[in-house]
Amino acid sequence: MTDLTDELDADVIFRWLTAAAASVEREADVLTELDSAIGDADHGSNLQRGFAAVVTALGKESPSAPGPVLILAGRQLVSSVGGASGPLYGTLLRRTGKALGDAERVTGAQLAEAMRIGVDAVAQLGGAALGDKTMLDALYPGVEALAAGGPHPYGAARTAADEGALATVPMRARKGRASYLGERSVGHKDPGATSSALLFTALAGAVADE
Amino acid sequence: MKMLINVPETVVADALRGIAAAHPELTVDVDNRVVVRRDAPVANKVGLVSGGGSGHEPLHGGFVGRGMLDAACPGAIFTSPVPDQMTRAAAAVDSGNGVLFVVKNYTGDVLNFDMAAELAEDEGIQVGKVLVQDDVAVTDSEFTAGRRGTGATLFVEKIAGALAEEGAPLERVEAIARQVADSSRSFGVALGACTTPSKGSPTFDLPPGELELGIGIHGESGRERRPMMTSGEIADFAVDAVLTDLEPDGPVLALVNGMGATPLIELYGFCAEVQRVLDERRVPVARTLVGNYVTSLDMAGASVTLCRADEEMLRLYDAPVSTPALRWGC
Repeated sequence: MTDLTDELDADVIFRWLTAAAASVEREADVLTELDSAIGDADHGSNLQRGFAAVVTALGKESPSAPGPVLILAGRQLVSSVGGASGPLYGTLLRRTGKALGDAERVTGAQLAEAMRIGVDAVAQLGGAALGDKTMLDALYPGVEALAAGGPHPYGAARTAADEGALATVPMRARKGRASYLGERSVGHKDPGATSSALLFTALAGAVADE
Repeated sequence: MKMLINVPETVVADALRGIAAAHPELTVDVDNRVVVRRDAPVANKVGLVSGGGSGHEPLHGGFVGRGMLDAACPGAIFTSPVPDQMTRAAAAVDSGNGVLFVVKNYTGDVLNFDMAAELAEDEGIQVGKVLVQDDVAVTDSEFTAGRRGTGATLFVEKIAGALAEEGAPLERVEAIARQVADSSRSFGVALGACTTPSKGSPTFDLPPGELELGIGIHGESGRERRPMMTSGEIADFAVDAVLTDLEPDGPVLALVNGMGATPLIELYGFCAEVQRVLDERRVPVARTLVGNYVTSLDMAGASVTLCRADEEMLRLYDAPVSTPALRWGC
């Protein structure tokens, strides 16, 4: 069992991002299918390209502290994804990494706090808020559940993010490409929220491997 | 779905190799996805850089050349380029007089060009930006990301490109680009969806007897769906949508643009109907351009763009241009 007082090192973050890459790879078609309903049918292939670049970059140069690993990964996403997902996911990881600083080991509580800073930065960059039917609808519940702690904070975060993504189905999009559809965006799960939930699943998996 | 491609992953790179083969007057960096006019940087000239997702050909690479863009950076299909491409393009075309980014209003394009502008300014390159947001099918409100940038991009790049070619400073080039963008409105219709190579099936389902009104250029659905209409009825609807918003008090530039899969005979027939509606509405048309310029892969359909043009804009529109897709006066 892992709780928020346990310390995490660069290896855990590395495993987290590797697992995220694998799950994006596995779910790429699903993400693209969701995006074709209310967007422009490229979310899966774009993230796949980005996370593949992250894994390649970390394979070449793997920093020895959690923060720098996340900063390097974020920079790769910005440089390889394009679209809105590149800057938004890139900002999420970079800002989270910056908030962690250079410490070689950080607690789960510190990671939760850093991720909250990262998610706030995403909200600011995209000019979106909770309930707009975007990735934030999975990120905010996920990071709140993580910060709340408890006996299984990572599992709880995964569940909350999944539920947040599902909750986007009845929403009307107010930001991003889907917002152009207005009422017609109702009834479709948001692809960004779906991919964001994958991040929490990957994190829970990586931490449980301790 | 059959496509004339190798594999989806190399579609953009393969097309860039083809552009390089067909247009020795351009320098094509296939690995970094940047298309630059061969004589760049041109001394004492503001550099014009644009870019956006691929799949809109000839936009943007087809508009690189004398009198228009100095460089273009194509992203993945329907995906904005990344900041690295844009800063590379800016560095390649900056003669010390600064660079103007022509940005279509999509969240991804805006975010990436904003990041690129910061990076380029860090390298000492003066950067101006103009946002193209001409599509009246989506209205600006607190709930949307604003209007999409579509056909007006051609007018902005042509007219600002001509002024830059004359050696005007960045502030003036940026000002006229903004004037053209603000004076232009568009409306598009789809008769069929498009198919992206990575998905391999149509991005939305449009039954045979129906058309989609108010589509964008990414295969995204439009604002409403109706039973199929005649070319004349579509022209009435599209021009009315544009004029409701534009209210011209003088001559306009007109672009009748194909979305990629509609043949020229249909586009010319549609152009005749657009001209008829404009005559009925007593809007004088100064220049008309018909063709596939801002496309959406194999989407069937067309868009209409009108731009309120003053005398200077007309003069710059008529100025010589030499690019793969637009060429006159030289």
